[in-house]
Amino acid sequence: MKIAIPAEKKDLNSPVCLSFGRAPFYLIYDTSSDSHEFVDNEAMKAQGGAGIKAAQQLVNEKVLFVITFRAGENAAQVLQAGNIKIYKALEKSLIENVQALKENKLEELTEIHAGFHHVE
Amino acid sequence: MKIAILSGKGGTGKTFISVNLAHINKDSIYIDCDTEEPNGHLYFKSKREKKIPVNVKIPTCNQDLCDGCLECVNFCRYNALAYANNKWILFDKICHWCGACTIVCPKKALTEIDKSIGYYSHEKVDQTYIRSGFLNPTEVSGIPIIQELLNEDNFKNKANTLNFIDCPPGSSCAVIESVKGADFALLVAEPSTFGSHNLEMVHNLIKLYNIPYGALLNKVTKGENPSYDYCSKNKIPILASIDFDPKLAYINSQGLIAAKEDPRYFKIFENLWESILKEVAK
Repeated sequence: MKIAIPAEKKDLNSPVCLSFGRAPFYLIYDTSSDSHEFVDNEAMKAQGGAGIKAAQQLVNEKVLFVITFRAGENAAQVLQAGNIKIYKALEKSLIENVQALKENKLEELTEIHAGFHHVE
Repeated sequence: MKIAILSGKGGTGKTFISVNLAHINKDSIYIDCDTEEPNGHLYFKSKREKKIPVNVKIPTCNQDLCDGCLECVNFCRYNALAYANNKWILFDKICHWCGACTIVCPKKALTEIDKSIGYYSHEKVDQTYIRSGFLNPTEVSGIPIIQELLNEDNFKNKANTLNFIDCPPGSSCAVIESVKGADFALLVAEPSTFGSHNLEMVHNLIKLYNIPYGALLNKVTKGENPSYDYCSKNKIPILASIDFDPKLAYINSQGLIAAKEDPRYFKIFENLWESILKEVAK
């Protein structure tokens, strides 16, 4: 199964990116093979709707779990429609967050913000 | 003749100026294009009995025809569409109604339906025709409403040629839509550093149009006046300078028209109107 985490750098020991939709990269970690890759976030420079586009990219990647500090309501709607579970990130490295999810130590993200865009 | 009243920020007095100019010109039309917070109608005690809805076209999906190819999702410039788990999702508050998704869909699964984003009203109160646009809260853009307000085919009072267009604040696309077709632009500015910066923004916008313009400095106090300096430096004619006056603030707060309440203000607006006519005739 695949886990996605917004990343600042293409480095497993780097921290989780504070933004979901505007993160430069996503770590895609496959627990079945313990392999990983970093993909560019196609939505990083979107004028609007970045969260939607980013979430769509993760749906297309067939991700099952997202670990993030926060998610906007539009992004969350797309992720939830794709049956992707959203977990709250720890202030630790990407790989430590993967480990924490594997050990069932992460909580589901329940606070979904209204977005930082000017709409609503 | 169409006079657009605009400013780089809110609260400079666009509505105050527009309403008073419309008041002193019998049978003129006051058009409130600030669809996000229209308030000019309050001065005229307009009842807004006729509310004409303004619709836009948004896409809808026939899920039986959709095979999830993602052509529409990938094409949308606004990222208003998503597709997950065999479900097509529209974010209608992000959609800008361009209709491109319905064109690119290879299965012809998308069609357009009407969605109301607000309304406009028009009526005559005393000696002024009033048109106001109202955008529903959370909607992304009032431009379709502004287009209706400025479309003469919607109104019977075509014979009347004097329009005062109360623009939205700033220099955004909604302002551009409101100024389009104007014969003269009046730039309203406050006499502060912040005010002069906003004046510069709106001045840069209006320079793109080949129409005469002038400035009105509002809420002027003694001391430095960066907006005055900006006008001098850029050779913008200052058509009026209205002093800060607590009495004026009181009149406005009561929803009253200054030129109607106070002969001194009637004179100020009469002079302003003469100055505008001179600039237009140049």
